[in-house]
Amino acid sequence: MTAHALPVVQVTNLRAYYSTHQFGVQREVRAVDDVSLQVMHDEIYGLAGESSCGKSTLIKTIAGAIRPPLTVQGGSVEFDFGGRRLDLYKASPDDIAAIRWRHLSYVMQGSMGVLNPVRRVHQSFVDFASRHIAKPKAQFLDIVHTHLERLHLKPDVLRAYPHELSGGMRQRVAIALATVCRPELIIADEPTTALDVIVQRGVLDMIRDVQRELKTSLIFVTHDMAVHAHLCHRLGVMYAGRLIEEARTVDIFREPHHPYTSHLIASLPRIGQTAALQALAGAPPSLADPPSGCRFHPRCPQAMAVCSQRVPPLLTVAAGHRVACFAVTPPDAA
Amino acid sequence: MTVPLLQVQNVVRHYAMGGLFGRGHRAVDDVTFEVGSGRPEILAIIGESGSGKTTMARLILGTVAPSAGSIRFKGVDTATLRGRRARLDFMRQVQPIFQNPFEAFNPLKRLDRYLFMTARHFAGATDAAAEQAHAERALRQVGLSLAEARGRFPHELSGGQLQRVAIARALIASPSLLVADEPVSMVDASLRTSIVSLFRTLRDELGVSIIYITHDLATAYTISDRVVIMRRGQVVEAGDARSVLDHPQHPYSIELKSAVLAPEVACDPVARPQISTHTE
Repeated sequence: MTAHALPVVQVTNLRAYYSTHQFGVQREVRAVDDVSLQVMHDEIYGLAGESSCGKSTLIKTIAGAIRPPLTVQGGSVEFDFGGRRLDLYKASPDDIAAIRWRHLSYVMQGSMGVLNPVRRVHQSFVDFASRHIAKPKAQFLDIVHTHLERLHLKPDVLRAYPHELSGGMRQRVAIALATVCRPELIIADEPTTALDVIVQRGVLDMIRDVQRELKTSLIFVTHDMAVHAHLCHRLGVMYAGRLIEEARTVDIFREPHHPYTSHLIASLPRIGQTAALQALAGAPPSLADPPSGCRFHPRCPQAMAVCSQRVPPLLTVAAGHRVACFAVTPPDAA
Repeated sequence: MTVPLLQVQNVVRHYAMGGLFGRGHRAVDDVTFEVGSGRPEILAIIGESGSGKTTMARLILGTVAPSAGSIRFKGVDTATLRGRRARLDFMRQVQPIFQNPFEAFNPLKRLDRYLFMTARHFAGATDAAAEQAHAERALRQVGLSLAEARGRFPHELSGGQLQRVAIARALIASPSLLVADEPVSMVDASLRTSIVSLFRTLRDELGVSIIYITHDLATAYTISDRVVIMRRGQVVEAGDARSVLDHPQHPYSIELKSAVLAPEVACDPVARPQISTHTE
């Protein structure tokens, strides 16, 4: 199928900065700096990294939710929704509004913020989805009921107010809401971070089941590598606004190339392991004034002279495995 | 046999819901455990949301009184503490660390003020030089320095650093027990390790016992000596951390353990679509 050979979303050299101009001081926070990635049809793409590494900014720019002071400085985001192509930064606001929720939907971290607290859940479904489904009300509610059944949710939740549901239940409702139009691309921003282990497991299983059934693409953002290992097909690791490694999840866990990725994986506590874990010294850099060259070099155990002078390019080292590190791809080879 | 640092005996905390005919709810139901008999230790209290672990923390800190049962700190029932001096002494020895450091600190107040006030109240510092010495020493113990925290507001530090400042503040009082309620759940997975490892260092070097309240079995396994697993206010399983978490007996503990995501990739039987090769 030719339509599926194209990536659902293709991000090319995207740069998004927060620029503020206050008291005569121009300040630029380079939250996303030259990121290129693609997400294929029927794939869960994981995005990993610490807080303030630009993950959320990246998905905001992919979703087209750009508000000042965030500005896109360059690059492009192109969608391909089953043959319908769209360049996000060239499309008109009406075109973007038309793809939202129908083709591209969003699951947020705080599901309380998604569901209107003073309206019952079914009204939220009407608000979000009825214009995209465009069916008479009775038929629309039928669709919603079947969808909830598919997600093993009882239809009772439609009559509840958000505060009457537990955190895990609300998150499930938010996922149901994001998937009811069967969009081609779902972006999930830390959907399980606020939940405890058992509930998190349930919600993750649900996300995976939905993805398998609807065959959508999913961008899944979290800082928890264990969640990525459990769920994602492919994984991109971000550090200080840049994508530093990208590969199939299996390859990243089996053979991480970038020292930061190795550290992320090695620092995870495991049941059955009692040795003291080594934490990485230092803190993530400020994006307003990032280190020169490779942004990881001040904390990197393998830093070389060249690392502080030049930015390592993201190069392919094996099939589908891209790394930006001079220790892996020596600068003369680049 | 020495007196344990903290003895929790048959403690019940009952919350009334509704009016005269309303139902009651036992947030903590007949809980018994001990901390630090003989030597300092880290006790992990594990449970999901609603299991009563935060109520347990409040009971230990004395901000909530037990409906029944007794909590003895160094052999003295905390309910019998009377007077400002006795209360302050208890507060000095039992210090809290909260879940979200951004909520624990007032955003409009500089961080060093917290450290200096604690030094004044609990460490007997009477002048600025002594306050600074106490703050500096405590910050060094958590891997920071006064120069980094001085004059800073909470939003200027990262979550991990702020949680370290919170721990340093608790250490100024030279406590014998720290009650840490989900101290790492708001912190990035990669920074969690450094904070929980810090707990282990504190136990070994300063002889502080720590009650580590969490839902994260992996970190609990890594640092704690003993665990108590709670469910709906009741203790379902307790004992040595390694043996309980390696071979859980109670069905709930088994469920809890199986819900933990191991940071290893499980084999995915579904063949993945081929990724197009990138042209560089």
